[in-house]
Amino acid sequence: MPKRYHIPTRAAPPRFRRIGKFGIVDRREDCSACHSCVKRECVYDCYSDEDNRLRKIGGYADYLYECKSCLCCVQSCTKGLLSRKVNPEFQALGDDFWTPDIISTTWYQAETGKIPVSGAGYGGPFVGPGFDEMWTDMSEIVRPTRDGIHGREYISTSVDIGRKFPRLSFDTKGELTGTSQPLVEIPVPVIFDVTPGRTENFEFPASVGVAAASAAHRLGILSIVRPADLSDSFEPFADAIVPIFDEECHPEKRWLERARMAEVPDGEDVVEKIAAIKKLNSSLVVAVRRRFNRRSAERVLQLAESGVEVIHLYADCAGREWEECSPRHISRVTREVHLALVEARIRDEVTLIASGGIALAEHMAKEIICGADLVAIDMPVPVALECRVCGSCRRRIACPVELDTIDLGYATQRIMNLIGAWRSQLIEVLGAMGMREVRRLRGEVGRAMFFEDLERESFGPIFGRRKSEVLARTPGGNMM
Amino acid sequence: MKTAELDVMSQKERLDAIPERKVRPAEERFRNPVGKYKVWRSTACRMCGRCVEICPHGVHVKPEGYRRFLPPRDDLCRGFRCREMKRFCPDHCPQGALRVELSPIYESLGDCRWTADLILSTWRMAETGQLPDGDLEYKAGSSGGGFDRIRFRFPEAAPPTGCDEISTAIELNRRKDDERPRMRIDIPVYGGGMSFGSVSPITMLARARACAAWNTFTCTGEGGYPERLVPFKDYVITQVATGLFGVREDTIRRARIVEFKYAQGAKPGLGGHLLGDKVTPAVAEMRETVAGSSLFSPFPFHSVYSVEDHKKHIDWIKQVNPAALIAVKVSTPVDVDMVAVGSYFAGAHIIHLDGSYGGTGAAPDIAKKNIAMPIEYAIPRVHAFLMSEGIRDEITLVASGGIRTAYDAAKAIALGADGVVIGTTELVALGCIHCGNCESGRGCARGIATTDEELVQKMNLGWATQRLINLFNAWHIQFVGILRNFGMTSIAELRGRTDLLIHLDYEGQPQT
Repeated sequence: MPKRYHIPTRAAPPRFRRIGKFGIVDRREDCSACHSCVKRECVYDCYSDEDNRLRKIGGYADYLYECKSCLCCVQSCTKGLLSRKVNPEFQALGDDFWTPDIISTTWYQAETGKIPVSGAGYGGPFVGPGFDEMWTDMSEIVRPTRDGIHGREYISTSVDIGRKFPRLSFDTKGELTGTSQPLVEIPVPVIFDVTPGRTENFEFPASVGVAAASAAHRLGILSIVRPADLSDSFEPFADAIVPIFDEECHPEKRWLERARMAEVPDGEDVVEKIAAIKKLNSSLVVAVRRRFNRRSAERVLQLAESGVEVIHLYADCAGREWEECSPRHISRVTREVHLALVEARIRDEVTLIASGGIALAEHMAKEIICGADLVAIDMPVPVALECRVCGSCRRRIACPVELDTIDLGYATQRIMNLIGAWRSQLIEVLGAMGMREVRRLRGEVGRAMFFEDLERESFGPIFGRRKSEVLARTPGGNMM
Repeated sequence: MKTAELDVMSQKERLDAIPERKVRPAEERFRNPVGKYKVWRSTACRMCGRCVEICPHGVHVKPEGYRRFLPPRDDLCRGFRCREMKRFCPDHCPQGALRVELSPIYESLGDCRWTADLILSTWRMAETGQLPDGDLEYKAGSSGGGFDRIRFRFPEAAPPTGCDEISTAIELNRRKDDERPRMRIDIPVYGGGMSFGSVSPITMLARARACAAWNTFTCTGEGGYPERLVPFKDYVITQVATGLFGVREDTIRRARIVEFKYAQGAKPGLGGHLLGDKVTPAVAEMRETVAGSSLFSPFPFHSVYSVEDHKKHIDWIKQVNPAALIAVKVSTPVDVDMVAVGSYFAGAHIIHLDGSYGGTGAAPDIAKKNIAMPIEYAIPRVHAFLMSEGIRDEITLVASGGIRTAYDAAKAIALGADGVVIGTTELVALGCIHCGNCESGRGCARGIATTDEELVQKMNLGWATQRLINLFNAWHIQFVGILRNFGMTSIAELRGRTDLLIHLDYEGQPQT
């Protein structure tokens, strides 16, 4: 039996205390010391090792981090002294895009490597901006002719990065023409992008980049690094490194020799630059790196037609294209780019990497449905290492979770756990669709449902036209 | 026979008998009920008793002969509304010792689909059997789409019905090509599948007893049901899922409705999974498996790859039990309308659509949120397609997956369903607070969805049954109220009346 790809996940408990969503507030002054809460009510034994907790720093405050919020102690307290409150520290986490819930689920996955599971249905908004305006499909009765019959362990999550020939070609003597192009196959459709820099409110310590490279090396994927950041610490993971050829700073030769892929920023002479890089190492796959914006589709088409093998498009941290005026969400721009390539009948020849605003496993699956071959992630890596998205690093204030002192082995495990959980979730989604490999998911909007379409098809005949001001507010509108 | 034995005997008989369809108070089982408001009494109180006189809701209690007050009954407080009636207790307290504020627990309760108001109002309905008074929003949540943006367009004056009796009953077997029994349920609601093992035996039994009282059905989910449920077998739907747990000839023969579960809304396309911890010896015996080992019901049915295969399945059950109706439970993929029509031609009596946002048991978050479409979209699609195929009146369409309130149910019916299936609402009526930790540790801390022997004792069967009977009563009152407002005499008249609905985000004119 062939060896199957497996991500070894292992529990990696947080170094700093968790920030839980709820806390039990205790009004001790009138407590009659009946110990009902301690002895009987808490089924999670939160109170029972109270003494130990008191001796530790944090003391009662730890309840804020352990409480599962079942309300049993609150409702059973003989004097009604207990109450529950949403933890203000939890509410203050992150920003508009990196919401407390996304941060907390990322922490959970990095800690356990497991798929987040909960009961009692979905509790979020009906629809939201960006990726939240689409649902993925499932196959009710699996049809073998269309879907195949397979167990989860047979679902492949591998993707290829590089140029693919549409067909074989031969010369007059019947010999195969064209040199073989390098192709990198990675086992998960996700790689690590450079962590957001100073322009985006963060400035992570070098340890985060090294941990990403180390995890990429262990996972068999890639990690993009700015040449200025490359140091000896990256040496053991050189095969996982994707150096960027900045205008001012080129990576040293030692990195190019061992790398499988490199990136070069888009520019007028990018095709010549790629040729020059390939002269240094002909087995390198070279990607063109450029921002998502209004010109993306047009430019990507030009690049693809001029023989560029991989195009990496990146949005900002929240998944918006780089436009001053009503920027669109990455999902929309990706669909536009993908369709332009499809119409030009060149889609299968190039690889499209998309990044920016990919925060959850579902974003990865949905971005691939919108047309990317794979995604690159930025913020999830530091968040997996307990980053609180507070921006202290940018303000040169000490990091509350001391990212600069993190142990490399531990950090590697946390990132691997996260990717392990993401991969399991991707397999769940693919399994529900009756799909055997993620390569087939690319651009498969037929296996997705979009808010606008569902509203028009199901509600249009009943309710008429959606109000235009609502359209502008909701995902179908211009906000994202 | 000794008195103690007699007691046991008579109690056993009572438990086996179908309870009366009668509303009785079933108060909160915890010592401190949760309310929307919190009433604080400071030490400045001089015990004058003015608040007891002024409060119309009995929040302040000073029993005869007591010097001090009991703690205020926060759950009965109607908050700032009392000001309108000039009965706001803090305004009347001579010492200024009273303060009323929004309860911090209320502020931390629920989410945008199951808001704190919906949870508290469901508790009130289960407690009293009546509509909640005060300012609790008991009709819709605040998720910003679907049912939460749909409203009924009631006429200004209700047209006369010409009939006092308003029927909320629906027919389950509508096939004209079929000799199987006609079955009616008295409310357009039945209980969704929750298996023995995933919920406590008391929850299971209470659901069956309450459904028997209301002449409707409950479903045991996969895995069969314990002997104690057998007296209510006429009100229990037996489920056949891919694991075929608990499926035996005798269990199929005693069922009046057999449900095929192809998929479920909370985890469409993922199959079922009962964690090893929940597979107690009793569960294992029922399922004919080994205690402590996790049980999977993988997706999909590997014997069904087409509608023809599906028919073969249905024929099998029909052969084993010539009197049973067949229900088919499917999720809501993009081609859900085709699946529904296929099920009809395969011989099903009931097609049950389970939308993506609902579900009671533990499921991957990614599946609950993202896979398959919300039920609001699926109902009108399927209804319209069945109409265009000319078979709408030959099949019963029921919907589930995010039906939280009687108004949701009525909206689902107006969108085109015949009835609805509920699950989470019943659990909320029993005291579920939506913490979502159904699977962690020993299971549900509130004793609803657990098989832990100690935690199961947190709930009493009589109380649980009464809570559900009360809930159904409150829903019945609302159904009758809605029908009366439209001048209808039967809930069947409401089906597919989309003209009676408006969507707050639409301009309101149907497309031509």
